[in-house]
Amino acid sequence: MSAVYETVIGLEVHVQLLTEEKLFCSDKAEFGALPNTRVCPVCLGLPGALPVLNGLAVDLALRAALALGCEVHETSVFARKNYFYPDLPKGYQITQFELPLATDGALTVTTDEGERTVRVRRIHMEEDAGKLLHDRVPDQTAVDLNRAGVPLVEIVTEPDLESPAEARAFLLELKQILGYLDVSDCNMEEGSLRVDANVSIRPVGATELGTKTEVKNLNSFSAVAKAIVVEVERQKALLDAGEPVIQQTLLWDEVVGTVRPMRSKEESHDYRYFPEPDLPPLKLDRARIDAARTSLPELPTARRRRFVEQYGLPVYDAGVLTASRGTADFFEELADAGTDAKAASNWVMGSLMELANQRGGEVSVLPVTAEDMAELLALVADGTISHGTGKDVLALMTESDRSAAEIVEAEGMAQVADEGLLEAWIHEVIAAHPDEVRRYREGEDKLFGFFVGRVMSLSQGKADPRRVNGLLKTRL
Amino acid sequence: MSIREIREAFNAGSGGPEAALEALAKIVRGESGNGSLNAFLCTVPEDALSEQAARAPTGRLGGVPVAVKDNLATSDLCTTCGSKILEGYVSPYEATAVRRLREAGALVVGKTNMDEFAMGSSNENSAFGPVRNPVDLARVPGGSSGGSAAAVAAGYVPVALGSDTGGSVRQPASFCGVVGVKPTYGRISRYGLVAFGSSLDQIGVLSRSVVDAAEVLGVISGHDPRDSTSSEREVPDLVGACSGDVDGLVIGVPEEYFPDTLDVQVRARCEAALERMEAAGATVRRVSLPHTRYAIPTYYVLATAEASSNLARYDGVRYGFRAPEAASAEAVYCRTRSSGFGAEVKRRIILGTYALSAGYYDAYYGRAQRVRERLACEFADVFAGGVDVLFTPTSPTVAFPLGERVADPVSMYLSDVFTVTANLANLPAISVPVGEVGGLPVGGQFIGPAWGESTMFRAAAALERAMEGSA
Repeated sequence: MSAVYETVIGLEVHVQLLTEEKLFCSDKAEFGALPNTRVCPVCLGLPGALPVLNGLAVDLALRAALALGCEVHETSVFARKNYFYPDLPKGYQITQFELPLATDGALTVTTDEGERTVRVRRIHMEEDAGKLLHDRVPDQTAVDLNRAGVPLVEIVTEPDLESPAEARAFLLELKQILGYLDVSDCNMEEGSLRVDANVSIRPVGATELGTKTEVKNLNSFSAVAKAIVVEVERQKALLDAGEPVIQQTLLWDEVVGTVRPMRSKEESHDYRYFPEPDLPPLKLDRARIDAARTSLPELPTARRRRFVEQYGLPVYDAGVLTASRGTADFFEELADAGTDAKAASNWVMGSLMELANQRGGEVSVLPVTAEDMAELLALVADGTISHGTGKDVLALMTESDRSAAEIVEAEGMAQVADEGLLEAWIHEVIAAHPDEVRRYREGEDKLFGFFVGRVMSLSQGKADPRRVNGLLKTRL
Repeated sequence: MSIREIREAFNAGSGGPEAALEALAKIVRGESGNGSLNAFLCTVPEDALSEQAARAPTGRLGGVPVAVKDNLATSDLCTTCGSKILEGYVSPYEATAVRRLREAGALVVGKTNMDEFAMGSSNENSAFGPVRNPVDLARVPGGSSGGSAAAVAAGYVPVALGSDTGGSVRQPASFCGVVGVKPTYGRISRYGLVAFGSSLDQIGVLSRSVVDAAEVLGVISGHDPRDSTSSEREVPDLVGACSGDVDGLVIGVPEEYFPDTLDVQVRARCEAALERMEAAGATVRRVSLPHTRYAIPTYYVLATAEASSNLARYDGVRYGFRAPEAASAEAVYCRTRSSGFGAEVKRRIILGTYALSAGYYDAYYGRAQRVRERLACEFADVFAGGVDVLFTPTSPTVAFPLGERVADPVSMYLSDVFTVTANLANLPAISVPVGEVGGLPVGGQFIGPAWGESTMFRAAAALERAMEGSA
């Protein structure tokens, strides 16, 4: 019989910092350039070249550490991690080891299972390695060193997560926070966020941790969740069969949906860490840390809470609107411009997000400002145009730089509220459908909608439906 | 000619490339045929040198021919570090120190031979053959800046750059009878100096006179944004310091540097030098630096640990030598490094790798770091106690015969016993000729307090004057 187990998960997340330049030289840290065009003596590891720390990368790492509630150390030390690999030009990676930038943070995440506070063990800075290209030269491996020296932070959690859903929620929350801070774009496809998961299981009630495995090659949030499920099942089967879990590094195979062990050679490294003699210890005085703390923006959790309280939004709306800082800013500007908050929320979550999705971006990428949008929604609110026409106007607004009012005017989209014209259309409809009029008068109430529809159609959608309703009732 | 004489002629427009062309001619003559010193690994072609001279600005080193150790990056000449693994390598950029030389008007005539990756004390570890001592061709010039020391001693060039990780400028200066100085760690940018032991490496200067060393050191010193370990401290007037007197100067003489085993004649020359300093007005005070006895093991743990990491980049992937017909990345590494590095370099990589290994780190690297700190404190205490500068022999012996110590690395390591402490404690030190034993030069070493180059140059120049008076 199978025992009942609980799952214990810790995550190691590598995040690329959004700096223009690399961590130790002034080459551009951009993605997608031609191979080996963003390189210099420093990131190529040429004889005699020396690293110089990019202060802007430190600022970003500092913001991330503070946002995750970490204690930032006034002195941290860069270290060399020594190993041979063709994508590692110096034969060592400059990272932080014994004395990292920050330790002891926490992040609370919410899932259907409830809230979970995940402790952050440490955050340290390090440089990225280059990339091996297996498809450029037939039968050979090429090396692209554009990525070598790109700044990263590694965020390591304590083993506090208890389910794949919590791991996913943690990563989503982390991504939101880092996006809010402009620390990283966390784009997993471009490799600016990479995750390794440490997974173990133990019988429910046990206090000691089981043997863990490290699962690598997780290229999306759903891959993280799927791989953990698979690995947990594998470990359960082992324990149920009376076999031990072996501590090892596993690679997730997305196509087959399994994990396979890395060759032991790949993991049997003795990295021989020692303090990097080319860089003095990184000193951050209290004032710089405090200034960074003061300049942190409102973070997603706080903003969600405030949207519910201040704007009376449903929790769901608040969650969707605050998923990115740009969208939340847009909503807030719109609501503060006098638009009804729920109406603003509906428009942002509906038409705007739909238009943005079509363009593969967020609401903030649309060429429509919150001010433009407020003008449009005012026209809807005062009945100048209908809700449906509003969507059409919005679509036109994204295609030109005309304002809502200009579009309504130029395209003749205003609703007709003129009683004379409305009466004439109603008269025409009643006259054209004597049968339906008779049936309605005999009690067939559902035909009312038929008359409204006919009038609207006759008006080519411009009739104000509320007025049509009122007038039709009296005429019928 | 002195730097001042060459500069004055050049800057006045009457010099042109003459001094440099003459130096080049001497090198070409001296380096050909039997009895060649093998001091140079490459030299600049004559027409290129003339062009260089035509473009060279007037300045503190206007028209001065300079030889540069082959572990400093130069964009027009080889940078091989005396190693097969970098044979034919030309750097796409220049070391800051070399750039500053050129900006001051100096003309780089060639790159000097050296122990491979600066690992050695005799220059016998060069992949391109040993350098001979111009004083006695059967003897070593010292190392690892043996080529630079020989080039200056032979009169090819008035000055040369070297590098000093544990005595690699001072010991060959002593063996060849020239001046050799290594400043405080951080005084000169290491950008472009191919790393051996990064926390110990400093560029140094070899010259025929103390004031010429001061001239060059003044030009290449000072903060460089490309080297985070270079200091922002202002560079003092070192040339001016050379004309200061030593009246009242307190010279500390550490007993540990005059052990019973010290060569009697070397001791006698050093004691005689001290007497001359006293005659010039200085006071001699006997002091003790007891942690000196741990210096050699401490140095060889730290330097090799850093070297094991610094030399990892020579893997045959991007530049330099690559072993042919290697079928996998691992085979490329293995064969390239096995056949590209010489025996001493491999020995030190293995030693350093061991010292950093899991389970041994604390016992070796960790402990060595603590001894290093203790040693630095001990020096600081002596200076705080009223000593202005320390004086010691530079090396326990005079130049030894070629081949004598090749088979015994430990005896070779022990020849660094008086020089490694200045590197471990980050202090400036200079070797000055103090006479001869059987026709072979003896060097005396002044060690100054951190950033105390002025005092050190004042003492060294005074000793030089006092020695001239003796000949």
